[in-house]
Amino acid sequence: MLEINNLKAYIDTPDGIVKAVDGVSFSIKAGETIGIVGESGSGKSVLAHSLMQLNPKPPVFYPQGEILFEGKNLLQLKEKELRKIRGNEIAMVYQDPMSSLNPVLKIGDQLMEAILTHNPMTKSEARQRAIELLTDVGIPDPKKRLNAYPHQFSGGMRQRVLIAIALACNPKVLIADEPTTALDVTIQAQILELMKRIQEKYGTAIIIISHDLGVIAQMAEKVLVMYSGRIVEKGNVEEIFYQTAMPYTWSLLRSLPRIDSEAHERLLSIEGQPPNLMNPPSGCNFHPRCPFATEQCKLVDPELTERSADHAAACILSEAEFEEAKKRIETKDQERGQGHD
Amino acid sequence: MLSRKRNLIPFVFLILLFVATITAEWWLPVSPSVMDSGLRLMAPSSENWFGTDHFGRDLFGQTIVAARVSLLVGFTVALLSTVLGTITGLLAGYYKRLDSIIMRIIDGMLAFPSLLLALALVAALGGSVTNIIIALTFSFWPVITRVVRSSVLQVKTIQYVEAAKTSGVKDPVILARYILPNILSPIIVQGTFIFARSILAEAALSFLGVGVEPSIPTWGNMLQESQIYITLAPWFSIFPGIFIVMTVLALNLLGDGLRDAFDPYAKGKKKARKRLFKQKKQYAS
Repeated sequence: MLEINNLKAYIDTPDGIVKAVDGVSFSIKAGETIGIVGESGSGKSVLAHSLMQLNPKPPVFYPQGEILFEGKNLLQLKEKELRKIRGNEIAMVYQDPMSSLNPVLKIGDQLMEAILTHNPMTKSEARQRAIELLTDVGIPDPKKRLNAYPHQFSGGMRQRVLIAIALACNPKVLIADEPTTALDVTIQAQILELMKRIQEKYGTAIIIISHDLGVIAQMAEKVLVMYSGRIVEKGNVEEIFYQTAMPYTWSLLRSLPRIDSEAHERLLSIEGQPPNLMNPPSGCNFHPRCPFATEQCKLVDPELTERSADHAAACILSEAEFEEAKKRIETKDQERGQGHD
Repeated sequence: MLSRKRNLIPFVFLILLFVATITAEWWLPVSPSVMDSGLRLMAPSSENWFGTDHFGRDLFGQTIVAARVSLLVGFTVALLSTVLGTITGLLAGYYKRLDSIIMRIIDGMLAFPSLLLALALVAALGGSVTNIIIALTFSFWPVITRVVRSSVLQVKTIQYVEAAKTSGVKDPVILARYILPNILSPIIVQGTFIFARSILAEAALSFLGVGVEPSIPTWGNMLQESQIYITLAPWFSIFPGIFIVMTVLALNLLGDGLRDAFDPYAKGKKKARKRLFKQKKQYAS
């Protein structure tokens, strides 16, 4: 339904061109959930905004690639046609529920605005629909709540309202950009649960962007791992989590705190910083931080290659070599003592 | 906002002045336009509270009636320049392309001192109430444009604006329902200050002889006529002067009060200071 082919989104800054998204391809079908993970600055948000053509142009431009939504290339549509798609066919849920609602408009007005923008309806019909939506996202006493202002809602409630607004026109694709980052863990679970339920009810395709691997594991069927504007590994959740084939993904997973770890164990981190996207390192973008890096890595920029059906990774190490290297590092860590310095 | 005394007094003063000047014909004991050569330049008395001018006309009545033009000019200029400034400011702040065009024009206009610009315009257009309003509007709206533009730039980056765009809301609707209501407070505050400044500017222009026709009583015209009698009949200058000061002061205080009322931090600070003061007292005793 939504297909992205070799999409490039560059940012033209006074200091040079930043390759924020550099040749990304993936596709999503109805009812499917794709998770996109990566650290800050890996191009997740620019990618998400590209899908809705919401990046400010200039400075962002798209030198290559296409975003096909039901056969139409969004990169070539006019603003007017895009507006028909935004909110109607593709909707978005934002990271920060505290600032995503207009403080001077009532909840009901904002919901009805989203409904009336795309549907020819009378006000009372829109009102009816707004009440339905609020019920759908689990807000008690929706009739009364329509007349409330955003400041009368808690963060979790606001995120529910935002999801209701996003669902206002039954979109085919829902992009959730870090939907739970600003919420505490219990509310987080409720919101994720809600999104799953909505997906089952309406068959919406969900693209969930997060740096929280737990959220991804819970929600997504397929996972894309992004690093410095590229997809470095993609596959099903199980494959990504249990048959990791790319050192970056492995390092990410290893840096997660574990519930069964010793009390004094230090958390592992990935050394160094994400690369400067203005002049990325030679060869593989990850090699300066990669624990497995060899001389070869400084020269060769690995392509995304298939490891098994639907599972691809961008690394020059073969599966066997990677397994061996992992073991070497793990034993080294153990030798250095339980401390994992 | 009006619950505080500091805000209530200027508000009441302005309302009283407005009502008094509108209804002047009905209640003034002495008509301000009747000349009496026997009563020229009389000092304030129980009959003529503010004294009389060089034609023997009652100065109290004149001062009250003169408020009409001042308030009319002040209010109209404030309204027009606020509306114009809001529109241009919204466009400049929201559309990057228009920004550089509009703001360069505004910068050019701001390069002139506003009174000088108004003076030149009135000199070119000719002195009348309408022309003064046009000239002052022209010299004050760049101020509003700047304020509005900077507020728009701030509000525009807040996520609800982007969220509205994401749900396909059209630009005019975003400007009117998502941006404008959230920047109203600085606009209103600035509008009040423009009100005060244009009353002052109108008086200055009339005083300089390029303002309203001399036949219409305004505070500026009165000051101008009184110049040569200042040693002989100081009350002729003092009373219109006091009215200008009081009106402008009242408007500025009102503007300050509005700003405090709109700014949650200012309020919080004051309360916090009071609380601190109380605590200190408690500990001292």
